Amino acid sequence: MTINQSGWRPESPAQGNDPADVPTYTGNKALMLEEPLLFEIGDIGRTGVDLGERPRGESRLGGLERNRSIGLPGLTEPEAVRHYTRLSRQNYAIDLGLFPLGSCTMKHNPRLNERIARLPGFADIHPLAPIDTVQGALALIHLVGEWLKTLTGMPGIAMSPKAGAHGELCGLLAIRAALEARGDARQVVLVPESAHGTNPATAAFCGYAVENIPATDEGRVDLAALQARLGTDVAAVMITNPNTCGLFERDMIAIAEAVHAAGAFLYCDGANFNAIVGRVRPGDLGVDAMHINLHKTFSTPHGGGGPGAGPVVFSEALAPYAPLPFVEKQGEHFVLVEEETAAEHHGGAFGRMVAFHGQMGMFTRAAAYMLSHGADGLRQVSGDAVLAANYILRSLDDVLVAPFGASGPCMHEALFSDEGLAGGLSTIDIAKGLIDEGFHPMTMYFPLVVHGAMLIEPTETESKGALDQFIGALRSVAERAKAGDASLKTAPVHAPRRRLDETAAARKPVLVWKEPVQSQAAAE
Amino acid sequence: MTYYFTRDHEWISVNATIEDAVATVGITDYAQAQLGDIVFVEVPPVGTIVEKGKEAAVVESVKAASDVYAPVSGEVVEANRALEGEPALVNTAPETDGWFFRLRLTNIAELHGLMDGEAYKTYVAGL
Repeated sequence: MTINQSGWRPESPAQGNDPADVPTYTGNKALMLEEPLLFEIGDIGRTGVDLGERPRGESRLGGLERNRSIGLPGLTEPEAVRHYTRLSRQNYAIDLGLFPLGSCTMKHNPRLNERIARLPGFADIHPLAPIDTVQGALALIHLVGEWLKTLTGMPGIAMSPKAGAHGELCGLLAIRAALEARGDARQVVLVPESAHGTNPATAAFCGYAVENIPATDEGRVDLAALQARLGTDVAAVMITNPNTCGLFERDMIAIAEAVHAAGAFLYCDGANFNAIVGRVRPGDLGVDAMHINLHKTFSTPHGGGGPGAGPVVFSEALAPYAPLPFVEKQGEHFVLVEEETAAEHHGGAFGRMVAFHGQMGMFTRAAAYMLSHGADGLRQVSGDAVLAANYILRSLDDVLVAPFGASGPCMHEALFSDEGLAGGLSTIDIAKGLIDEGFHPMTMYFPLVVHGAMLIEPTETESKGALDQFIGALRSVAERAKAGDASLKTAPVHAPRRRLDETAAARKPVLVWKEPVQSQAAAE
Repeated sequence: MTYYFTRDHEWISVNATIEDAVATVGITDYAQAQLGDIVFVEVPPVGTIVEKGKEAAVVESVKAASDVYAPVSGEVVEANRALEGEPALVNTAPETDGWFFRLRLTNIAELHGLMDGEAYKTYVAGL
């Protein structure tokens, strides 16, 4: 084997006319493959599976059985595999590059987690297996719960909620149970402008009237406005901390004291716990309930279909109302406390939210993440996440306007506005320009309190080199937008599809594939 | 017709005499320009009682979904069904064909707390 020491790399020679514009017979461009719909590839005369003869016998459907083909396309196995593989190549993924949507969608999923989750003792067990045969799995659920209680400084936990918003619902149901237990029929939930959008939705779903609390000019909860509104009709206040402006709510303790003085409960949206894990214990701030998105803080898979897990931690006041089922350690034995076994010492539980114990596959991954990082490693996670976001904020605040740049360091998210863009260009054009640069766009137009918001969360896993590459790309696109470069209006030009007509797609969505008339006739 | 405006960018128009106490409500040209292409509008069904300053309708654009607040209190007597099939009317004719609903006012005096056209123009210029 010879080693290339000259640094030479194969490249294509410079071309005069761009041959990329020459159409190909297939529509493909080498590795950029066009892909039709499944219905257009397959036909009902083909199949990838060998089904046995339909058993003969009298139909028990009483004449309601279908007597026509349902027209599902049949594909050979390679056709089916290739279809999805080809589509996946047109997609952006965390394994392809930095994802500025951050942990909200997906942060790096360490491969070690996957290995642990596939251990047969975890992967191949059934939720209805006898408790004595799944002691290891219960021990793991208990372990994750104990870590979460320790990290948050809160004594109670519900592991079963299936996602962040489900966790919010769990928290509010516990709050309502606690209020009902004392015969208090409070009807209002206060939600600051800087909270996550799911918070008011959760409160409304629970039947509460939702009222907004304004943010201050520096992007934090207006404590005076909150205090002025608190009263005997307020059941809970839902605060996102760190908030969606990427800032830590410094008045959290004063907020908690005011909320408790008014007889209400403080819910904290813990979606952004990854910015403070190992450094701040929400229990010390006076939080009564908080959900933790395992995908955000503890690296379980998410965006694109990964199942969620949103365990909720509770204060002393709410812990008795935590839902069933939960794992309890009795001596050296782990038991699952269910309806039938709960009455004696968990009679306050508000009920149950899911059929089984929660999202086991996420618990194993989160446990692997916790144990492989250790307490010091998790502390470094939040430090690195915040450092990376501040590096982006300060590297770009000369070209983009950072509305809360003067409010001090940001947490794990850097926030910019569309102020100063020229030629009618807006945040959407910067986002589309980033696609051409080979990046997924950042969160756009959220939070609503910032005009044309661009919210960037790099997460803790990106190297300085990767951050610099992203900063360079965003700087370049932002400079074009500030110069009013009209070509940005047509971006992306290098993606498999150019800019889509989102308006037409939303106004006149085509949701059903209809078989072209002639092929229907041919098929029948 | 006399137009009044809210700080949340709704307009409400009444006949000069307003004997029947019925007014028409929509969102302003400034609001539709800020929202961008409107893709969905949800108007309240006839008979709905709306309260001044509370959510009465929903408007969704490619950028965001927003609540439309009732400028004054009253009962919905007619909803603009045309918006269901053609939400773009809010973009093309926000202050005429793109109206949202008509209200029978509970308290005509509530109109006095709203801005007139000139005041709204000044207000928007300051945003």
